Amino acid sequence: MEQPTTYLPQADAEVVSGPQVRRQTGGVRIGDALSLIGAVLAALALATVISGQIAPIRGFLAFFLVTYALFLAIYALLVWLDEPPSVVVDRVVAVLVQSGAFVLVLALTSVLTYTVIRGRSAVVHSNLLTRDMTTTGPLDPLTSGGVSHAIVGTLIQISIALAITIPLGITAALFLTEVPGPFARFTRTIVEAMTALPSIVAGLFILSSFILVLGFDKSGLAAGLAITVMMLPIMIRAADVVFRLVPSTLKEASLALGAGQFRTVLNVVLPTARGGLTTAIILATARGIGETSPVLLTAGYTASLNRNPLTGPMVSLPLAVFEFVKSPEPTMVARGFGTAVVLMLLVLILFVSARIVGSQDVAKRARRRQQRKAVRGFVAGLVTSFRPATSDVATPSPTATRSSDA
Amino acid sequence: MTEGAVEEQVDQPRKIKLVRDLPDKLFRGVASAGGVTVLLIMLLVGTFLAIKAAPALHQAGFSFFTTQAWNPDGRHFGVAALLVGTVLIALVAVTIAVPLSTATALYITEYAPRRMKTILIGVIDLMAAIPSVVYGLWGFFFLESRLAPVAAWIAQHFGWIPIFKVKGVDGHQPISSLTLFTSSTLIAGLVVGMMITPVITSIMREVFSQVPVGEREAALGLGGTKAGVIRTVVLPFGKGGMIGGTMLGLGRALGETIAVYMIISPVFTIQPHILQSGAISVSSLIALQFAESNSFGLSALMAAGLTLFLITLLINFAASSVVARSRSGASS
Repeated sequence: MEQPTTYLPQADAEVVSGPQVRRQTGGVRIGDALSLIGAVLAALALATVISGQIAPIRGFLAFFLVTYALFLAIYALLVWLDEPPSVVVDRVVAVLVQSGAFVLVLALTSVLTYTVIRGRSAVVHSNLLTRDMTTTGPLDPLTSGGVSHAIVGTLIQISIALAITIPLGITAALFLTEVPGPFARFTRTIVEAMTALPSIVAGLFILSSFILVLGFDKSGLAAGLAITVMMLPIMIRAADVVFRLVPSTLKEASLALGAGQFRTVLNVVLPTARGGLTTAIILATARGIGETSPVLLTAGYTASLNRNPLTGPMVSLPLAVFEFVKSPEPTMVARGFGTAVVLMLLVLILFVSARIVGSQDVAKRARRRQQRKAVRGFVAGLVTSFRPATSDVATPSPTATRSSDA
Repeated sequence: MTEGAVEEQVDQPRKIKLVRDLPDKLFRGVASAGGVTVLLIMLLVGTFLAIKAAPALHQAGFSFFTTQAWNPDGRHFGVAALLVGTVLIALVAVTIAVPLSTATALYITEYAPRRMKTILIGVIDLMAAIPSVVYGLWGFFFLESRLAPVAAWIAQHFGWIPIFKVKGVDGHQPISSLTLFTSSTLIAGLVVGMMITPVITSIMREVFSQVPVGEREAALGLGGTKAGVIRTVVLPFGKGGMIGGTMLGLGRALGETIAVYMIISPVFTIQPHILQSGAISVSSLIALQFAESNSFGLSALMAAGLTLFLITLLINFAASSVVARSRSGASS
């Protein structure tokens, strides 16, 4: 029996002798680009034929969908002509994923741009921000009336909600992480399940308890409470995640130095989690500001400014949008879109500030604080150097500043 | 006995006693009180709804779940049509949102250049914070008139599939009016779908980005294409997160009020044809009717709200248990 042998393929002599050329792994092959372009053109042509001759299509969207389906089929066919099946699948998946993302971004941008375009005519008049609707009827032009009452209402309601949500939410989140046990686990499950509490149910709850059973009026306070019920689980869940991200080594270091649990929470956990907590608060605020249905159920609509959260209806921005666009009058609808733009700007400001706060981590903040201290120390040093220095207090040393910082 | 003496000298583990000082005790007390308060509030939501819903539920009995009408003053009301409508809208929303979110999440984690990635993540997160009333505006004023021709086309050519059937449309006749196709379940579902897509996308993206690099590279090293890596590594790893995210989106879709209210024209019988004008959901019914209701009507609305509440709660429990059990874990 012959021994099994491995044969190495003989390399071509001429290839070895020539200088080696680096193979290009990136970039686009001309054939790939051509098959893509060819598929697009063929799909367009076929779709035109189909929509014109075989099955008449009305509207751009339907035409686009047909074109897209045809494009996928033709592209797969073209790639299949000179590639193995696995590559065909790869290409088709790439097209599907990229076009899916593109469609989503397109749709989401159209939500924003459409609102801004329709709201443009109302936003350019500054009275939108400074007047209320007391003396403005549906037929009045955009130069009269405004939504100052809704802006004030939104601010009052969200302030009430935040005044309850922030302390209670952070305390509860601390309970979940710092006092672990079966009860904390149960609470966490309940809170997590409540994060998707339908906002209208939050409104119904306040309507049934605060207004119907306890006998209070429909008011800004009731709306604030309804928003609280909605925001609380979101806030607790986000804060819980942030607290769990605090490195346990930091906490253990603090405990090992003899600090109690309260000291550790106060001096280690909360400062470390500050950025994340702020982000959580701001994002929960953005959600709370945008809710319409709890306000609809618990505060009601009014055309005039109401600064008192305890009595009388108090409108918020989303509710104002909702009421305005119910009107058949084009000016009212434009006003509604303008109000929506104001609301979106408010959310945008909150969102951007959340991003800025969230991107600053502890290390960066500490470094900046140290720099600030160093500059201050340097300036103080300059100032004191002109006077007769009495003691070593006047000469700032890095260690001294750092210890006073802590 | 020498052995006994040795035994006595064996080190005994010292008994460790935890002594908490006053601030610690106070802190634990306050934190626990906060936790209990929150738990109480959450439990009160269900309790109050149940108390207020009791008269209506008592009056209607089991027929509450089978009646297709909403006339509390005539003592003839039920959630059958409402629940079917709500679920249909949510299903349309999820059917649209899941492929879009999967594609976008995969694009962000697998295909996008680094710069594009940060921009996309920002856009998606911002869209999750945009108020639902804005989506409602977009759906009502922008989408509806543009989508109606598509719905008409589908109804004309695929009307033989039961859910695409529209009464008043004959497959061979040109369609006289597009009003048959506005205010439908499809349009409401589409808008809600746009609303929940950012939420689902951000959960999926989070999960996909946790796929171990080693497994990814192993698949590539074995000669896999990008699509192969997605199919064999990314999707199996992220399956739990995908299911959990979808269910969270479903919960949001079931509870959405204002956008649905702005688009639909309410009907109170079961409407299985999603292209046909006329739809209903529990939350939009509550927003629609609470102002004109007397105390019994309000009680009936509370009963409907309680049903919705229990359903979303159930879906959320299921979602969080799926996410927690998956390999990618509950970190999102």
